[in-house]
Amino acid sequence: MALDITTARPWPALLDLPWRLPLEEWPEDRLAALPRGISRHVVRFVRLEGRVVAIKEIKDDIARREYAMLRMLRRLDQPAVEPIGVVSGRLTRDGEPLDACLLTRHLQFSLPYRAMLSQSLRPETATRLIDALAVLLVRLHLVGFWWGDVSLSNALFKRSAGEFSAYLVDAETGELQDRLSNGQREHDLDIARVNIAGELMDLQAGGYVDEDLDPIEVSDRIIQRYTVLWTELTEVERFDLGERWRVDERIRRLNALGFDVGELDITTDFDGATIQIQPKIVDAGHHSRRLLRLTGLDVEDNQARRLLNDLDSYRAAHDRQNDDEEQVAHDWLMQVYEPVTRTAPPEMRRKIEPAELFHEVLEHRWYMSEAAKRDFPIEEAARDYIAKVLPSKPDDSAVVGVDTAEMPVRART
Amino acid sequence: MATVTYDNATRIYPGADGPSVDKLNIDIQDGEFLVLVGPSGSGKSTALRMLAGLEEVNEGRILIGDRDVTNLSPKDRDVAMVFQNYALYPHMSVADNMGFALKIAGVSKTEIRSRVEEAAKILDLTQYLDRKPKALSGGQRQRVAMGRAIVRSPQVFLMDEPLSNLDAKLRVQTRTQIASLQRRLGVTTVYVTHDQVEAMTMGDRVAVLKDGILQQLDTPRRMYDHPNNVFVAGFIGSPAMNLLEEPIRDGGVQLGSIVHPVEQSKLAKAEKTAIVGIRPEDLEPTTEGGIPVEVDVVEELGADAYIYGRTTVGNQPGDTQLAGSDDEKQIVARVDGRNVPDKGQTIHFKPKGQGDHLHLFNPESGERIES
Repeated sequence: MALDITTARPWPALLDLPWRLPLEEWPEDRLAALPRGISRHVVRFVRLEGRVVAIKEIKDDIARREYAMLRMLRRLDQPAVEPIGVVSGRLTRDGEPLDACLLTRHLQFSLPYRAMLSQSLRPETATRLIDALAVLLVRLHLVGFWWGDVSLSNALFKRSAGEFSAYLVDAETGELQDRLSNGQREHDLDIARVNIAGELMDLQAGGYVDEDLDPIEVSDRIIQRYTVLWTELTEVERFDLGERWRVDERIRRLNALGFDVGELDITTDFDGATIQIQPKIVDAGHHSRRLLRLTGLDVEDNQARRLLNDLDSYRAAHDRQNDDEEQVAHDWLMQVYEPVTRTAPPEMRRKIEPAELFHEVLEHRWYMSEAAKRDFPIEEAARDYIAKVLPSKPDDSAVVGVDTAEMPVRART
Repeated sequence: MATVTYDNATRIYPGADGPSVDKLNIDIQDGEFLVLVGPSGSGKSTALRMLAGLEEVNEGRILIGDRDVTNLSPKDRDVAMVFQNYALYPHMSVADNMGFALKIAGVSKTEIRSRVEEAAKILDLTQYLDRKPKALSGGQRQRVAMGRAIVRSPQVFLMDEPLSNLDAKLRVQTRTQIASLQRRLGVTTVYVTHDQVEAMTMGDRVAVLKDGILQQLDTPRRMYDHPNNVFVAGFIGSPAMNLLEEPIRDGGVQLGSIVHPVEQSKLAKAEKTAIVGIRPEDLEPTTEGGIPVEVDVVEELGADAYIYGRTTVGNQPGDTQLAGSDDEKQIVARVDGRNVPDKGQTIHFKPKGQGDHLHLFNPESGERIES
């Protein structure tokens, strides 16, 4: 049997990897880091031509299925890791067959939940991770994806202006259907709750999170957050004809949650006295789409919200409410955003995404103003932040694959 | 523990041409291990999910014990879907790994401890309860994962292709483990697989489905000896039963140059032709004529050997998986391992016995012709 490499785009460097060795035995100099701990499959991270590739050793048919599923999810514009390909037909030097490997691209600046929790001093980090996972689950359910194994471990998290965005990394058990039944959604939620509680209890048993965090209470939050969001996104609303403003109101509420309404079903009853509305198609990324259109910046939705707010302040401060929106956005990008994000010296830039840096600078300026009881220009805040705060920040891009279960944890202050 | 009843249970997907599960009727006994088996698209997983509350039941009912659960949500049904993909938590003891889900459900500490100890006894894990999963072997870890489902002590266990992500060796091992564990626990279990060998080796009874319709519900032995129709005949057994459409003659059925005897009561119910089914082990070489088979492949298994060959006799029904070209039909026969023919040789076969090792099916309906 010959080695068979299936990829969306050819990548000859893949041929240089030691496919004849079981993944567990790959030499350390090949690996980005060595993750340990118990996992159902062997997973390793490899640095290849400047990219970090996650490699998972699984049965051929499952690898192919997951590869196709991840491609489909990306096509549906869902937050999932990018599949690179499947390597099958592997043989050892003695001719013994080896399992196939699924290759995905490691998501830049993303972290596993264990790293997020142990890095952070803020007690609400756990609940913010859950909130991000709830958004992810709702989005996946809306497109008919039945995950089957929802957990913090099966997602990756990116910082997004004080919140997190969650990405799906494990689609092994997933199924794509036209529409999910209520039972299927409940089942995913139930699995999520049990898994989250287990994951938090485990961190607690290992002494990685505070004793006063209640895993069961935190895990319950996935159900509450999911239910609120699902209801807002899908519920039928009825009102009198005279209350037509409630249509706009509903759309505004959905926008505020970060969703655009692609299609809204509006019906009236017999005599036309009451109206019934129900969102039919909703797309996440309301703020990030608007920012992308105005500035070409492609960032997480909450980061985009933050940047758009700053753009609005800029517009007001320069008295340009009547100017063309795109022109103002272009000027803001050139005069504010780019100079600020370029203030960081190159060696520190890989610590943090530019949009996240911008958000941090805005936060920092607020603290400076609070302390000094006066306003600071953003350039000054940026210089101060980069001198005093950024150097001590952990390097998000370097935590890749580190054995996070054994990462030291700082005590809470 | 409880019985499970599918009462005309039907699932129709919106926009689909027909039902995915069509008027399913199965009575599962208390403590029984029932396997749902069929090819993909047969409706086996859908049937299981209807019982789990994951698929709507459009018509009919599903009962657990005397309780109608048709419209209950999954968590109110007291069933447990058993996964193989349970995570094990490295910092928690084996006991906590098994029992933590009960904590979430609000079960008291003493109750959790006693249920965990009971499960550990059954799973041979008692001495490891206070250790971390890392200290366990692969097989023991697998059992801890099973323990997680057992401590919930549900009325029914549901398993949907639980072995599909294991390699062949571990599959056989785990298959045996699950079957013996189920027998020790005595919990009613419904198990879905596409693999008929798995179905036959594990189930107390097996339900074969095709296109959403139950084809046969029987013990493995009865299913093998007495398939109700051509589909079941071809699906159950490996290598598959030989199926050939042959002319009916006075006193029997034409098989090549001979007329093999068949009971008159069966012949009376047959039309001009019948589909004749003969298992590979029910064929024997003969020098008196019969079905001529040109040997393509010989698979030696030691005591026995399987012969894979072709014959020009009879018509092979279109829907068997072995259908070859129009005029040449595939034949599989088991022969004595010490007396194996050569490749390319042509030998004649006839059924053993006097018609008792031969199955007849109606070529139109595919139904078994009974005496």
